[in-house]
Amino acid sequence: MSALGELRTIGTKKVDGGSKVKNENKAAYLFLLPWFLGLSVITIGPMVASFYLSFTKYTLLSPPEFIGIDNFIRMLGDERLHNSLGVTFMYVFVSVPIQLALALALAVVLNRGLSGLSFYRSVFYLPSLLGSSVAIAVLWKQVFGGQGLVNVLLGFFGIEGKGWISDPSTALSTLIILNVWTFGAPMVIFLAGLRQIPMMYLEAAEVDGATKSQRFFRVVLPLLTPIIFFNLVLQIIHAFQSFTQAFIISGGNGGPADSTLFYTLYLYNRGFANFDMGYAAAMAWFLLVIIGIFTAINFWASKYWVFYDD
Amino acid sequence: MTDTQTRTSAATEAILVSRNAVDPNWRKLAAKRARGRARPKAILKHLLLIVTGLLMLYPVLWLVVSSLRPTDEIFRNPGLVISNLEFSNYSDGWTTLSSPFSVFLLNSTLVVLGCIVGNLVSCSMAAYAFARLTFAGKKWWFVIMLTTIMLPIHVIIVPQYIMFSQLGWVNTFIPLILPKILATDAFFVFLMVQFIRGIPRELDEAARLDGCGHPRIFAQIILPLMVPALATTAIFTFIWTWNDFFSQLLYLTKPEMYTVPLALRAFMDATSSTSWGPLFAMSVVSLVPIFLVFLFGQRFLIAGISTTGGK
Repeated sequence: MSALGELRTIGTKKVDGGSKVKNENKAAYLFLLPWFLGLSVITIGPMVASFYLSFTKYTLLSPPEFIGIDNFIRMLGDERLHNSLGVTFMYVFVSVPIQLALALALAVVLNRGLSGLSFYRSVFYLPSLLGSSVAIAVLWKQVFGGQGLVNVLLGFFGIEGKGWISDPSTALSTLIILNVWTFGAPMVIFLAGLRQIPMMYLEAAEVDGATKSQRFFRVVLPLLTPIIFFNLVLQIIHAFQSFTQAFIISGGNGGPADSTLFYTLYLYNRGFANFDMGYAAAMAWFLLVIIGIFTAINFWASKYWVFYDD
Repeated sequence: MTDTQTRTSAATEAILVSRNAVDPNWRKLAAKRARGRARPKAILKHLLLIVTGLLMLYPVLWLVVSSLRPTDEIFRNPGLVISNLEFSNYSDGWTTLSSPFSVFLLNSTLVVLGCIVGNLVSCSMAAYAFARLTFAGKKWWFVIMLTTIMLPIHVIIVPQYIMFSQLGWVNTFIPLILPKILATDAFFVFLMVQFIRGIPRELDEAARLDGCGHPRIFAQIILPLMVPALATTAIFTFIWTWNDFFSQLLYLTKPEMYTVPLALRAFMDATSSTSWGPLFAMSVVSLVPIFLVFLFGQRFLIAGISTTGGK
């Protein structure tokens, strides 16, 4: 079961150790010691601190100065921030659906008892391991550059290309393509899900005279919805935090004309290039709220389309 | 189809036919398989998959081939055929920055090793507690652990950076490795909890009757049995740490402390369009370890994301 499934059902079942010795607190806390330390010092502590910092002006040079909600008011009027939100939404809501649709389509094709499954699976999976590396971003910069691979290939067909990355109207698309390119990871998850659909259901549908497409849309797809949901939630959360590729392709500034200025990239620039730490902390909390809202919407909407067979 | 294949499939069919007498369902399955083999549709599918696969891997293949070409040819030749092999990109790229590339490879290796050891030890300990022990507030701690998997790093990075820089740890590997030693990669804790739940509890009970305490049950019963989960963790940690850019960018600013991703970035910023050859060569070098891990650890990677749903 996935982490999401676990969270969904945790209220309904008892998470117990099942051990006969009831008081194992001492041993448990010993085993959990590193995790507790990490949770407090690396995660919760800094989270609380960043919440406080979001109400301050802090440049690392002098102590944080409390300024109330000034940072958030500043965010309301910050056009670069609004633009970066637009860029990020565009990236998330275009690339994730395409990526998942491709992943699902290929998983379905691969699942039909085709020979060479593991070979194809490896070929499609490899890009998701490479996709977040700086090396691939470097490659992308050449491939979609003015004299890059894409334009040389287009030249064979007599089409004159352009600098796809230097043109603000297409720069973001190259990053969307890069994210779609990494569809292999969700594909493997879909494949695992397809494997778990009992043959019995399909045979029964066949006996009842269901056509192939009916079997897919009425049996396979509904049974797969929890996995689609899981992939959707995780890929959206993941895509909201994309950073490396936009950083490398734009040389760190989100250009041209802020067209690849992801929210996280802008946050980095405010916090770690301009040392506007209070503002960066406010931006980070806002990001958490945005991600939280979209995850909550996802969970709420899942009631209407996700089918749990348990 | 080769001769042997024909023979084996004929044998399979014979078996299927003989089973047919017992179970009528087998006939349907056998017929299905025979149809699947003969259908031209299957060939079409293979063709489609091969074309898609080639299209996906083409840029990477071209990167490798281009790294063996003189730079001016990179911008002219979109093909994969090498006319004259040119290794100078590799020797040039190796020494372009102030330190040789081996320094960056070593730095990345140190960070990766530290993170792997940290994750293996701390996450397996936490996972044992969550999977096998009863303790106060367990349910809530577990919920908190699962929630942290989805927490964006940005919401903790500013104070964390301030803390580590005040401790004087910028330009050391501590800020990169310490969080792993403290089990903050909750994803792996979850992966291991799932795995330990699948280990029969009777083994623990037997050891307990023999007088083993939890440390011994953990070290001598559970750990040896969860090697596959540990392998998955090690492999994912390797790849994610090797590729990680954001936190390394924050904490490593001195060129001699650079890891591979930072070196590539510096390389790209420092050079003009004439050095794409060496830049490509070092990009290939940076991808080789990932490719090797993928090649030898695929089984664990696929198992890992299939059972937990990946990151």
